[in-house]
Amino acid sequence: MSNTDFKKESTSSSIGISIKKFFSKIGLILKKAFKSVVSFFKNPVKYIKIANEKRRAVINDVYTPLVHNPENILEVNKLKMYFPIKAGFFKRTVGYVKAVDGISFNIKKGTTMGLVGESGCGKTTAGRTILRLYERSGGQVLFDGEDINKLKGKKLRAKRPELQIVFQDPYSSLSPRLPVGEIIGEAVREHKIVPKDQYDEYITKTMEACGLQEYHKDRYPHEFSGGQRQRICIARALALDPKFIVCDEPVSALDVSIQAQIINLLKDLQEKFGLTYLFISHDLSVVEHISDTVGVMYLGSMVEFAPTKILFKNPKHPYTEALFSAIPVPDPDYKMKRIILEGNIPSPANPPSGCKFHTRCRMCMEVCKSCVPNVMEIEPDHFVVCHLFDKEALEKNKEMEKELKAKTETKSNLTEE
Amino acid sequence: MEDKEKKVGIVANIQKQFQKRERKKTNYISAHDSAKISRENRKITNIIERKRKRRFVPESEYLTTMHDEKNVVEFDNVHTYFFTDIGTVKAVDGVTFEVPFGKTVGVVGESGCGKSVTSLSLMQLVQRPQGQTVEGEIRFNSGDKAYNIVNAPASVMQMLRGNEMSMIFQEPMTSLNPVFRIGAQVDEVLFLHNKGMSKKDVKEKTISLLELVGIANSVGVYKMYPHELSGGMRQRVMIAIALACDPKLIIADEPTTALDVTIQAQILDILSDIKTKINSSIMLITHDLGVIAEMADYVVVMYAGRIVEKGTAQDIFNRPSHPYTIGLMKSKPVVGKDIERLYNIPGNVPNPINMPNYCYFKDRCEMSIDACNGAYPPFLKLSETHYVACYRYENTKEEGARNE
Repeated sequence: MSNTDFKKESTSSSIGISIKKFFSKIGLILKKAFKSVVSFFKNPVKYIKIANEKRRAVINDVYTPLVHNPENILEVNKLKMYFPIKAGFFKRTVGYVKAVDGISFNIKKGTTMGLVGESGCGKTTAGRTILRLYERSGGQVLFDGEDINKLKGKKLRAKRPELQIVFQDPYSSLSPRLPVGEIIGEAVREHKIVPKDQYDEYITKTMEACGLQEYHKDRYPHEFSGGQRQRICIARALALDPKFIVCDEPVSALDVSIQAQIINLLKDLQEKFGLTYLFISHDLSVVEHISDTVGVMYLGSMVEFAPTKILFKNPKHPYTEALFSAIPVPDPDYKMKRIILEGNIPSPANPPSGCKFHTRCRMCMEVCKSCVPNVMEIEPDHFVVCHLFDKEALEKNKEMEKELKAKTETKSNLTEE
Repeated sequence: MEDKEKKVGIVANIQKQFQKRERKKTNYISAHDSAKISRENRKITNIIERKRKRRFVPESEYLTTMHDEKNVVEFDNVHTYFFTDIGTVKAVDGVTFEVPFGKTVGVVGESGCGKSVTSLSLMQLVQRPQGQTVEGEIRFNSGDKAYNIVNAPASVMQMLRGNEMSMIFQEPMTSLNPVFRIGAQVDEVLFLHNKGMSKKDVKEKTISLLELVGIANSVGVYKMYPHELSGGMRQRVMIAIALACDPKLIIADEPTTALDVTIQAQILDILSDIKTKINSSIMLITHDLGVIAEMADYVVVMYAGRIVEKGTAQDIFNRPSHPYTIGLMKSKPVVGKDIERLYNIPGNVPNPINMPNYCYFKDRCEMSIDACNGAYPPFLKLSETHYVACYRYENTKEEGARNE
């Protein structure tokens, strides 16, 4: 009997405690909400200011505004794209996925820049943020000297046709219900690129430029093969008479022989219309072939940026070295010296401290674990973000290692005593 | 005058429309014709299916002897057809090659050239009743016995499939079952083929397999679901499933196509490591020439259901002979080689339903000669190991014969 009574008592008391806790929590939440509501009504302008500052403090949106160089068509400065992680009943922001974390580069008119990296490193997000398909969380994008993120309404709409994108998968990026002529021409009509009476002729012309025939106009996307679908995607982007096209892995879903056709087409169009490309891909041999400059990304930040020839001749960053060593070479007698990266890419919601690559780096030092590396220009136009090429960091590393040694020695002495 | 111009315009318009209709007609089959074709197809497939579904198939029908005891598999003039309502698709049309013990054979080709169907006919996984292996022999060497896969009944195939030969599929995302844990999916194979094994032993074996393919947290992964793993990890699990019963032959169907460069390097390393560890052969199907060059000992190049060239990796990469192989090599950009413009093979793969009666590649070939208009070229021997199906080498072959 006594045993069961005891049990009952204990359970009831525990329930009581938990109820108390629950109410106290609710009280705290209500207090907070009440305070914020009161402060909002007292001075709404100040309230919004403070909230914005808080958000900015999390994102750490600090950059020195760029001076426009008329040679460059696109200038990206400390661009950041954080996706909020929402949780709980009120869907409050708990943290951020740092998909793009402060990348800077610029592209000259009529050239191609390649963007390479593992999947999940933020290549695609970077491309889309530049086009303002996502609202950026920090940084600056100058297109022809104009900040794209500050445009609004009609001005933005007028700017849209100049920046276009070719998506990765030609099988899912074409509407199955529209005939090809309509897919290509829809935006042309909306943006009034040509007068109404020249519309048909214009579409035919762009289709022919991309290797499609006139009678393809009435067909639907399912009647085409992968390569031809990609041609339709390119024609759709080209019809708006753009200056800049983001090619988001345009050939990775295609066969080898068709890849060559599409790459040649892209190159021809560049010569013909003076286009500028941002070529996103994980196929390094294709990137080497098509691009003039290459940026290597790892976990949301740029680790190396250089002209293609320099970068492929002597990659400096340990990550770039590992990436390049993994390219299979079509020669059976060639012996590979592979640097295999251990483990997987860390989560971008909670990236490692210091240098983001230090968890997988084979040259990892003490400094890398705590300090963020600076951008170093080791050759003209060759930028590397690594402590290995920073003299100050190397000196700092020596000091840190000494300290560590001293610490471990004292520890071992203590244990011996 | 204006009237005349108008009339000319109308006539031109009508002509245009007529041309459009003509173009559409080429691919068109009337419902009546289609029904006729499907009726005939059913007759053919029913005969084959009835033969396969007999209750007792005598052993003499599916037991054969290997031509060379050193081979695991011998494909001998294999024909796999698909009987569709718009005609017969000859997906594999007379394929002959061997996979020796402990070697890697790479099969290269564009998509739709029949490389996957070749491997599926070896596993008897071709979609039936439309897809049938109608001719030829696939001899599989399981040590003491040799089976002819084409005539083998389902009971025998169940014993071979997953046990003696196994397959790593192309997309790890779609080939793992999302509602079962990783452990259960690997265990299943072991339970099926080792009836006497206890549950505890099976679990131990599974965990050791996961370790073998380079999964560090094997005990944790045992309890995970596929969606919790990344693409590379899922592909490792697929490899672990394929390795479960120490098969004699592993068929890897584009194992790295969906993966990144760095992870591709890891997976290829694992495959070549394991090959030496359990001493099995690999049949590697891919369209990436770089992967083939690194992994394969022998290479088979396929085009439109037929083999156009075969030989050792050195033969194929140092002396590519068939125009298609040469084109394939030229169209792939290589790191470190500066090319102004990539070569692209002109035209498209011919319609698989009505193939031409001359060399299938002739219409896209830039090196064709008069002899190419004749029948499909036979295999010509360039060296002891190197064969090519092209008329351009007919004279050199004769000269070689004279020298001998």
